[in-house]
Amino acid sequence: MMGPEIASGFDSPPEREEMESLALSDASASAYRSAMSSIPASISASSDGDPLLAPPPTLHFPISSSASGHGGNPATSTASSFLDPPSYADVVFSPFDSHNGHGGCGSGADNGSLLRSDSSPRSARAAKSDYIKISVSNPHKEQETANSLVPGGGTYFTYLITTRMRAGFAANGDGESEPVEFGVRRRFRDVVTLSDRLAEAYRGFFIPPRPDKSVVESQVLQKNEFVEQRRSALEKYLWRLAEHPVIGKSDEFRVFLQAKGKLPLPTTTDVASRMLDGAVRLPKQLFGEGAAAQVVPQEVVQPAKGGRDLLRIFKELKQAVTNEWGGVKPLLVEEDKEFLEKKEKMQDLEQQLSSASQQAEVLVNAQQSIGETMGEIGLAFIKLTKFETEEAVYSSQRIRAADTKNVATAAVKASRLYRELNAQTVKHLDTLHEHLGLMLAVNSAFSERTSALLTVQTLMSDLATLNTRVDKLEAASSKIFGGDRSRLHKIEELRETIRVTEDAKGCAIREYERIKENNRNELNRLDQERKDDFLSMLKGFVINQVIDSSIHILAHLEQVAYSEKLANVWATVAEDTSNYVRGNS
Amino acid sequence: MSALGGGGGALRNASTALAISSTESFAGTPSCHTKRVRRPPGSFYWLHAVTPAPPLDTTTLKQLVFVSDYAESMIPPEIGPQKSSSQSPRSPSGAPFLSISVTDPVKLGNGVQAYISYRVITKTNLPEFQGPEKIVIRRYSDFVWLHDKLADKYKGIFIPPLPEKSAVEKFRFSAEFIEMRRQALDIFVNRIASHPELKQSEDLKTFLEEDEEAMERIRSFETGIFKKPADLLQMFKDVQTKVTDVVLGKEKPVEETDPEYEKLKHYIFGLEDHLTETQKQAVRLVKRHRELGQSLSEFGKAIKLLGACEGDSLGKVFAELGSKSELLSIKLQKEAHNLLMNFEEPLKDYVRCVQSIKDSFSHRANAFRLHCELTETTKLKEINLEKLNLMRSDKTREAEIEYRELKAESEEATRRFETIIKRMNEEIVRFQEQKTAEMGLAFHLFAKGQAKLANDIADAWRNVLTKIEAYSLSSGHD
Repeated sequence: MMGPEIASGFDSPPEREEMESLALSDASASAYRSAMSSIPASISASSDGDPLLAPPPTLHFPISSSASGHGGNPATSTASSFLDPPSYADVVFSPFDSHNGHGGCGSGADNGSLLRSDSSPRSARAAKSDYIKISVSNPHKEQETANSLVPGGGTYFTYLITTRMRAGFAANGDGESEPVEFGVRRRFRDVVTLSDRLAEAYRGFFIPPRPDKSVVESQVLQKNEFVEQRRSALEKYLWRLAEHPVIGKSDEFRVFLQAKGKLPLPTTTDVASRMLDGAVRLPKQLFGEGAAAQVVPQEVVQPAKGGRDLLRIFKELKQAVTNEWGGVKPLLVEEDKEFLEKKEKMQDLEQQLSSASQQAEVLVNAQQSIGETMGEIGLAFIKLTKFETEEAVYSSQRIRAADTKNVATAAVKASRLYRELNAQTVKHLDTLHEHLGLMLAVNSAFSERTSALLTVQTLMSDLATLNTRVDKLEAASSKIFGGDRSRLHKIEELRETIRVTEDAKGCAIREYERIKENNRNELNRLDQERKDDFLSMLKGFVINQVIDSSIHILAHLEQVAYSEKLANVWATVAEDTSNYVRGNS
Repeated sequence: MSALGGGGGALRNASTALAISSTESFAGTPSCHTKRVRRPPGSFYWLHAVTPAPPLDTTTLKQLVFVSDYAESMIPPEIGPQKSSSQSPRSPSGAPFLSISVTDPVKLGNGVQAYISYRVITKTNLPEFQGPEKIVIRRYSDFVWLHDKLADKYKGIFIPPLPEKSAVEKFRFSAEFIEMRRQALDIFVNRIASHPELKQSEDLKTFLEEDEEAMERIRSFETGIFKKPADLLQMFKDVQTKVTDVVLGKEKPVEETDPEYEKLKHYIFGLEDHLTETQKQAVRLVKRHRELGQSLSEFGKAIKLLGACEGDSLGKVFAELGSKSELLSIKLQKEAHNLLMNFEEPLKDYVRCVQSIKDSFSHRANAFRLHCELTETTKLKEINLEKLNLMRSDKTREAEIEYRELKAESEEATRRFETIIKRMNEEIVRFQEQKTAEMGLAFHLFAKGQAKLANDIADAWRNVLTKIEAYSLSSGHD
């Protein structure tokens, strides 16, 4: 599986710039080919068996093909996707069959698939992405090769990620028209790498947030539960990435999904070792000559936080403090009014989203428990019915037992309806949670913008300082006729530095502008998507409530009908009793 | 003329209430009553009307106005007040009727001594009663007095149960608790008034007709001199027999072994368990309705705010959803109240009735024991007497008198025991029929309430749905 020849295509850690222009070379294309050919037999068989199985883009719910239980079996997943909303046919017409028993409060797997069977606009968006299938399945436990210091930390899980691309988007892009399926094994650490790489490469984009590392859960939860939770979270995450118009088409993403064997993306060096790196360079930067003190233009496009350049961190920190406290107007400020307004709006939105999603959770819980209690009351009545029937001596007891039974049945039915409703409610209100998650991405995109701006500001004030120094030196040297050699030399050096810094500034400004542009586009995109999502959420939520209530009414129609019957029964009984009363008075 | 008398009573009551209300912050209550009283003997209406009504919590007001169908129904229609008003009291030719209503709970007194007094209105054409209408003021302990008197005198009859003595202090004066208790007391008195035997009781008449001072006197007289010592004596005796039984190693006190009776006992105990469980769930269901209502309203608020962030017409859809959620929340609260009054309370009453049956079990057991003991002793005396007769002793005469007395006593005990059996056999039939009717009604109201709630929910959401569809059409065209 390790395939060294594939790794060679990617192993040299490409810089961001390189990554961007990373055209898939012939070598890597062949790697993809070999990857294709080594796809597990069952999957390739199913795709080869019907190569024209390019499904109509409108009808397919690629998301619902999560097919959590039945890993990688396209047939079943397709079938289940047809059962999905928006028709709700199964919910409406056969609400009481055993199939729905596990509806509301099922296990993690059930919830997962329920959550993923999304409603129309989302799937429409998914239909625009290059992928018609992304599934994470078949978690497998592996032994860590390197000895870990943490006891019990020696094992990890890998997941089989199966993807199928839409026709015409095949890996090598050479116009092959049949959908191609890939299967790779990845571990969670690889996903972390992917998300880090994406964060570096796509500054200013709203990159869907990666599932948490959840160290605690992995200890607390049952192994199976945890793995299942992570599996579905990963699937969800990958789908979100795929749906993103830019990220979904990115090479990093493609490589992650398609390159066989070990993930060829370079792992970003962790912060500690970067700091060390920076610390080594720092003295040189402080005392060293010429070039060492210069800012490398290419690096300013990366945020300074990484720790590679401690001096830059210090400088930018100083700049930030100056901005904050100094009252000195920085040379370049965020002047985009529209953006600032938008940012404020997003903050507001985040707050409302968070409170709405909290309330949604409370609501769902309340709905859940009313359903449960309804069920319990039904059960209590069933027991009572049984008891009364067994012990009945008088006919009035039998009548009562029959009435009780009716109520019991109705209550149990109502309880099931509540559970059904709740499952649907959870599904639709999940949109809120999802968008709340996206707000994280928005925030980090905004902070990328801020840090890019900070870089620009720092460079500009650097330049200003350098210019004044040059001016001073020039003034000083001009006093001495013929010039002071050492001063002239110094001026030359400073001019050189200024030139490099100007370059760097140019780069930084361009990067900043790029991020700004990305921000703007992404905000528009998100606004539109959120509108669609919210609309479909509201619709789904309300339709379910209506439909559910109508089933409720159906049940209650029975109930009303029966309660009319009951009323009759009661009326006759009442007459009997009143006769009795009259007779004795 | 009776209206005048009634007016006098009301005046007294209202002025007391007024006095109290001005010193206490409970002033809302009397004003609630005016809204709730449905059978107005018009003359004393204005008295309440002059009471200034600083608004009580509006929701409690609503709840109080929300008249329980259940309570209404417990009054057999032909003796119900509605009919009685159409029947002229001056024409005694009409069918005999006796209808009682317990109304106007008013908080009186302060602190620990605070209590609720009720107005008990009796309307009747029965000749035994003083007049066609009588209004008295009674408090909870008066009802207890009536209950205990009846329980003492009519052993074997399932005395209608009273609502629980005390609730948690915090809820004791909550509008909901007061209303529930009022309803339960109303049912209690009317059950007595419609019971073939109990309604002829002198105690009931005392309870309904004596003025407050006389009532007080009677109660203190009885509790002070008779009731307690008698009770204590009985308790002492019970303990004594038990002790001697244990000490002398006698067999357990004789128990009835009638299989029918055994079956009944088994049934009642089982029933109690089942009903307690069901009632517990009903309480929970009420709570769940409230919680769902609460969370729906919170959700509605949050959705509204979220909609405000969206602005434009989508924001309006959100706002629509939000306000409908809040509306439904109110409906849920109403249904919770309906459930409490018309479903949970009847179930609780069912449990109480079963407990009252259990009381009569112990009466029956006591009567049976007495009957057995006396029969036994009588037999011994008889043998003894025969011996004496043979011996022609001087004591014969004495013994004969003693024997006769004992025999009479034994026969009395036997008769009492048999009465209890006879009564219980009748009562159990009554009980079953009554409960079938009452539970039928409770089920009916439960189903009706739930159906109405579901309808309301469906209507509200359907309304929102049309708005959403309109929006998605318009945005689709853009």
